[in-house]
Formats: sequence, C-alpha cells, structure tokens
Amino acid sequence: MSKEEKKVNRRDFLFTASYTIGAVGVGAVIWPMIDQMNPDKAQQALATTEVDISQVEPGKSITVLWRGKPIFVKRRTPGEIQEARAVNLDDLPDPQNDEERVKEGKDEWLVMLGVCTHLGCVPLKDKGDYNGWFCPCHGSHYDVSGRVRKGPAPTNMEIPKFEFLDNNTIKIG
Amino acid sequence: MKKFNISLNKIIILLFLTIKPLHSAEMTDPIKVDWSFKGLTGTFDRASLQRGFQVYKEVCSSCHSMQYLSYRNLGESGGPEFTEAEVKAIAASFEVTDGPDSQGEMFTRPGRPSDMFVSPHPNKEAAAAANGGAYPPDMSVLVKARKGGANYIYSVLVGYEDPPPGVTLDQGVYYNKYMIGNKIKMPNNLEDGLIEYADGTVSTVDQMAKDVTTFLAWAAEPELEERHRTGVKVIIYLVLLTTLVYLSMKKIWSRVDTEV
Amino acid sequence: MSDQEYIPKSKAAKWFNDRLPLLTLGAHLTDYPTPKNLNYWWTFGGILTFCLITQIVTGIVLAMHYVAHADLAFGSVEHIMRNVNYGWLIRYIHSNGASMFFLAVYIHIFRSLFYGSYKSPREIIWILGLMIYLLMMAAAFLGYVLPWGQMSFWGATVITNLFSAIPLVGESITTWLWGAYSVDNPTLNRFFSLHYLFPFLILGLVVLHIWALHIPGNNNPVGIDIKKPSKDTVPFHPYITIKDAFALLVFMIIFAGFVFFTPNVLGHSDNYIPANPLVTPAHIVPEWYLLPFYAILRSVPDKLGGVILMFSAIFILFVLPWLDTSKVRSAVFRPLYRQFFWILVIDVLMLGYVGAMPAEGVYLVLARVGTIYYFLHFIVILPVVGLLEKTDPIPMSISEPVMTGGAEPSLARKLNEKV
Repeated sequence: MSKEEKKVNRRDFLFTASYTIGAVGVGAVIWPMIDQMNPDKAQQALATTEVDISQVEPGKSITVLWRGKPIFVKRRTPGEIQEARAVNLDDLPDPQNDEERVKEGKDEWLVMLGVCTHLGCVPLKDKGDYNGWFCPCHGSHYDVSGRVRKGPAPTNMEIPKFEFLDNNTIKIG
Repeated sequence: MKKFNISLNKIIILLFLTIKPLHSAEMTDPIKVDWSFKGLTGTFDRASLQRGFQVYKEVCSSCHSMQYLSYRNLGESGGPEFTEAEVKAIAASFEVTDGPDSQGEMFTRPGRPSDMFVSPHPNKEAAAAANGGAYPPDMSVLVKARKGGANYIYSVLVGYEDPPPGVTLDQGVYYNKYMIGNKIKMPNNLEDGLIEYADGTVSTVDQMAKDVTTFLAWAAEPELEERHRTGVKVIIYLVLLTTLVYLSMKKIWSRVDTEV
Repeated sequence: MSDQEYIPKSKAAKWFNDRLPLLTLGAHLTDYPTPKNLNYWWTFGGILTFCLITQIVTGIVLAMHYVAHADLAFGSVEHIMRNVNYGWLIRYIHSNGASMFFLAVYIHIFRSLFYGSYKSPREIIWILGLMIYLLMMAAAFLGYVLPWGQMSFWGATVITNLFSAIPLVGESITTWLWGAYSVDNPTLNRFFSLHYLFPFLILGLVVLHIWALHIPGNNNPVGIDIKKPSKDTVPFHPYITIKDAFALLVFMIIFAGFVFFTPNVLGHSDNYIPANPLVTPAHIVPEWYLLPFYAILRSVPDKLGGVILMFSAIFILFVLPWLDTSKVRSAVFRPLYRQFFWILVIDVLMLGYVGAMPAEGVYLVLARVGTIYYFLHFIVILPVVGLLEKTDPIPMSISEPVMTGGAEPSLARKLNEKV
C-alpha cells in the first residue's frame, strides 16, 4: 500500500466513524421525542380498576370505565349461559367456546371490553339478532357471550385481564 | 508578573466585597452539607430517603402537603425504593377521598399506589387558618423553590435559637438564624429521640433534619439520578464525536492553505 | 449570484427541478463560495439555527403535555417533570435552550459589531437579524410566563405594565393585553398561543436573513470584498459544514453540562413557587439575557422615560449602519474603534450585572453611567471615530495576510509597520 493510499484509508475511516457515531446520536435523541407520546407513568399506574358487583341482578349488566374504555359486566341467567353454550362453533366467524370467555365456576359473569372490534364504537346492549349486543356504527351483531355473529367486526369482543378478589369484587387489569 | 498577580487578587477580593453586602444583613449563610446527591455522579442515600419519608409522614405531613407526589413514586427507581408491598401498605395507611359513587356521594377508601399524597388540609385557605394565618408551603418542589436549596432547608431545621437580647417576637413567631429576617412561623418540631426509626438509627435532631432534607431533595428532583447517569454518558459521547469531527475537519481543511 | 447553472444528472431530477428548482437551491447551498478565513466567531449562525430547531421541536413536544390554565399550568409542568416519559429531559433542554440561544445570539451580534458585518451592503441582513432578536426576546418572555410560578406572574405583570407608561391609551392597552384587570387566566392563555406562534415567525425571518446573506456573501475577518468563487473562497460543503459541526458539538457539550448537571442554575428559585397575586417576591429580576435592558429601564427615575430609553437601546441598533461613518469594515484595521468596542462589551456586561442587583446606591449610579455610555457609544463615539480614526492598511486579498503568516491582526499590523 502506498503512502497516499494509507492516507486516503485513514480519511475514509474518520469520515465513516464520524457519520456513524453522529447517526447513533441522532437516533438516541429521536427516541425520547417519540417515547414522550406513550402513556406516561401516571397513566400506567391507573392500569387497574376495582368494581363492586354486588348490586348486579341476574340478567342485568353494568358498565364501568377502565383505561378510558367501557367494560361490560353482565350477570347472565342460566338460560343465557345455556344459549351461549348451545351454539355450533362452525357458525362463528371467530370460533371460541363460551367457557373460554368466563372464569371457571363464575360462569354467570361475563366481563368484557365493551368496544366493537370493527372500529371501536360501543355496542348497545340487548339489541341485535342474537340476544346480545349490536353495534350501531356499522351493524355488527354479538351474542350473549360477546362473540361476533354477523357484520363487519372481525373478532369477538375482547376479554380483559381480570380477577375475582372476592364474591362481590372484581379487579380489572 | 508577580505584581500583576497581586493586583488581580485584589480585584477579585474587591469584587467579592461588592457582592457580599447583597445578602440581607439579617440572615446567616446556610450550613454547607456534603450531600450524597451533590456532584456530577451524585445519588441519593436510600436508607436516608426511607428515614426521611418517615420523618415527613410522622412530623411534617400534619401541616405540609406534597400534592405533586404519588405513593407509587416511593417505589420508583432513583427514590426511596420501597418494595411494592411496602408501597401498597404505605398507600393503604392513608384515607383517600374518592367519588362520586353511583349515588353522587364522595366516599373515603384506603389509598392505592396510584393516589397522590393526601394533603392535611382541603385547600390553601384552610391550611393557613389552621396554622395561625401562615400557609405551610407545599413541599413537592420546596428544595428547588428556595435559594440555597437543600443546605437552606437543613439549616432552617436546625437553626432554631433563643432570640438575641433586644429582639421581641410576636405570639406564634420563632427565632431562626438561617431564615430570611430571622423570623419564622413554623415552630421547632424536631427534638432528639422524637421518632423511632424503622432501621434503628438514633433520631437526633441533626439526623432527622438531614434525612428529611434528603427526602425533600428527591421529591423536588426525582429524576436526579437518571439525569446524572444520562448526563455522564451524553458528555462522553459528545467528547468522542467532537474529537472525531475535529480530526475530520483537520483532514478536510488540509487541502486548503488556511489553518482552522 | 455567480453560481454556475446547475443541471441535474437524471432525467427525473431534471423534470422535477424544472418545475421546482429545489435541487438548484441545494446545489447553491452546497457550493456557496465562503471566505476561507472565517474564524470560529462565524460558526454561531449555524449554532443559532440548531438552537431554533431545538426550541421548536422540544416546544411542540412540551405543548402536548402542558395545560395553559391558571389553575393547572404549574401542576402540568410538574406532571411533565415527573410522569411524562423523558419529560424532565425535554423541559430542561427547552428552558436551558432559551439561555443557550441568547448566549449564541449575543456572540453573533457582537461578532457583527466587531467585524462591521452590519455595514453596506449588508444592512438588510443586520435589520432582519435585529427583528429576529426582538422576536426572540418576546418569545422568551412569553415562554417564561407559562410555568405560572411567582417569577412568571410578576415578570408578566411588570413587563405588561411597561405599556401603561404610554400617555392617554396606556391603561387601555395594558388591560387589552391582559384580557382582564390584572395578569390572569386569559393572559396566560393568549401568551401560550403567541409563544407557539413567534418561533415560526422567527423561522421565516431566518430564511430571509440567510437569503439576504447569500446575495453579497459572507463578510470575513479582514472585511474586504472578495471575488467569488476564487482562491479566497472555499465551497460551503464540506469545509464550512464540518467546521460548523465541530463548533456546534463544543457548544452542545456546554449545553449538556447545563441540562444534566445544573439545570436550574440559570433560572430563579422563586419560579418553583406557584403564582400568587397577593405576594410579590422580594427581589424580582428578569432572566439574565434581558438584564442589561432592565438596568437601563431602572436607571431613569421616570416611568415613561425609562420605557422609552429601554426601547431606544434596541431601536438605535436599527440605524447603526448609518451611524457608523467609517469606510473600513473590520475592527482588525481600526485601532481606535477596537478599543471602544471592548469598552462597549464591558459596559453591556456591567449593565447586565447591575440589572441583577437592587436598584439603589452604587448600583443605580453604575446603571446610569452605563446607560449614558451605551448611548454615547452609538450616537457620538461611532460617528466621530469613523471620521477621525487613522486606519491600518488593508490587504488586497484574504490570501495576502494569510500567506505572510496568519490572519492575526497584531501580526498583520507588525508587518505593515515594517513596510
């Protein structure tokens, strides 16, 4: 390698190193600017809600707010549970057993995110062709298990993470 | 050269002399404490923070609010770092007003980590009324809100004295040599052995004052440790890149007959 | 411009460039012939561009979390500091960024004063620059009000009350500015709106400032006109870009030092006390970058007089190109002016110092002397010195002093003396 070439090589190395390290720095600066738009620490801390369900009569439901979204808590009658379990899974766009959507031994309690999986509207209760919910925005029908039966919604209404603290209290999130 | 040095010293001394009288005559300079959180890589003393929180909870919090802090902060890294269970227990030991419930009534419940620190008074006016007309300031950012910062807060806590002869004090006013004007409406609330520290440390006035000041310093700047850590990395990075760019610049400008 | 016509290589690029000549602009900026003898005082233009962009980006981010309401503003700032991801970092960059911005702009302005960059044919660049500076002060003041601490509130009260000095309509103007009968929630709300607007006005003026610069081209330490492009110039890229980058990085090290290790040292502790309309802080002072003007304001024992004098201190700079009678641009060749320049620097620093001190006793005397000297410099000294001064010989080209051993003014003068 001639002297001249060595010089050129060193120069190239310097420029490449400067550019590379400079780019890393720019990237490191961009991240905080993006991350600041994610939920902040106060929002993250509000991730759980406790709900008193002692006042809910069979066949009735309540709606509570969790992370700014409605949660449907429905206490189903034995008839409704039976109806939900009698459905042939092949008839469902998003096949799922009713058993998978409730806590074992607490079959009467359906706790789900009251948000239509199509584009995020809140479905109306006791409406639609399947005795469950009906979304007025674009006409999706849900059954008593909150599973989509008809309409543009691609999946069943979501079941959030929740647990029974005791017989009268559930903790969502 | 020597002559010049002497005159320079004189100038500097003169400058200081002109700056000196700015301090109010009726105020002693705060005591300088060698805090662990000082300096470029300073961090908080965890044990001191936890003790400081105890002092706040058992002494200060009966008058002073800390409305911008949340119980969850006590478990966050860079702070007292209580365990999750401890944070939950601390939060639960406070009664939090929540509501309205489905009947439209406000109700109280045990606190949760996500709750803000419970204030001793419902509002500023009530706080002033309960304290002889002097509003005990919110302590969330107190260390940043006082010239002299942590040193000043600490000095005031240990600076209570009998008034010198000739100084008369009104009812509910106390003499404190570090306070501006030397008069303070907060009584001296610390005395040796006042509280029983959970970790067995002897609770002298000095110890409690240091601990609670450390706690307040963290409360005002909960980001301090992360800030120091990030800062060191950023400076190292910038020095490295500056060196590279400097060498690149020298290379590029070597093609021209001008120095850079 | 003497730029050669730029012809894009690819057909698509040519098609685009014929319709919107962005590539021509890019080529112009890249090849822009720059005097090769620019020293580091000339890197502050690039540094200022960086400061403006930093302030705009961090400001937009902060506005996503800030609440412009008298009851919530202080708390929302604490929310940014405590809860928002990297909120503390972004806010400290923004608040210290304002100080760094002013530090850079003052160096930039004094560089122009030293090297005569405001003189013909660069008067418009100078005037645009002063407009940017005025808007910067307005934006900084408005921004300082937003955290709604004690200094915010009382700073806003004092500054808006300046307008009440105007005869007849003063009171009405002040009330109109407030939207209330004192500084209050409506004031905070409109200040937030304007604080968001001004940086974009500044950005527009910066474009004009640079445009106006690219017509005559850069001044330089020797202050002589140069043929471009020639032996005396280098293309902007990579020569000036790399030099600006280096200077910017050094600047950023200082900036980072403030942000990470002493983020509140340039601010005032009273601004961490929530605004209280019933209690004025014992000692109110503006941010450091406004202190010289504050000293001028307080040096006059008359309300209207003080306000007029303070604004005059800035507006006199607008006619500076016509007050300076010297034919020679750079102070390098003006031995007498050079001394007065440094006296002015000391005078302004002293005004800044006494601006931070109580307006009494020796400080008041110093403020008055400093104010008188400030105006004397521009109205009397500058025109007279220009006429009387015997300037040093000016080289024929940049290369001349450079080739005889460096652009160092003392060296150049020595050489001339020998001749």
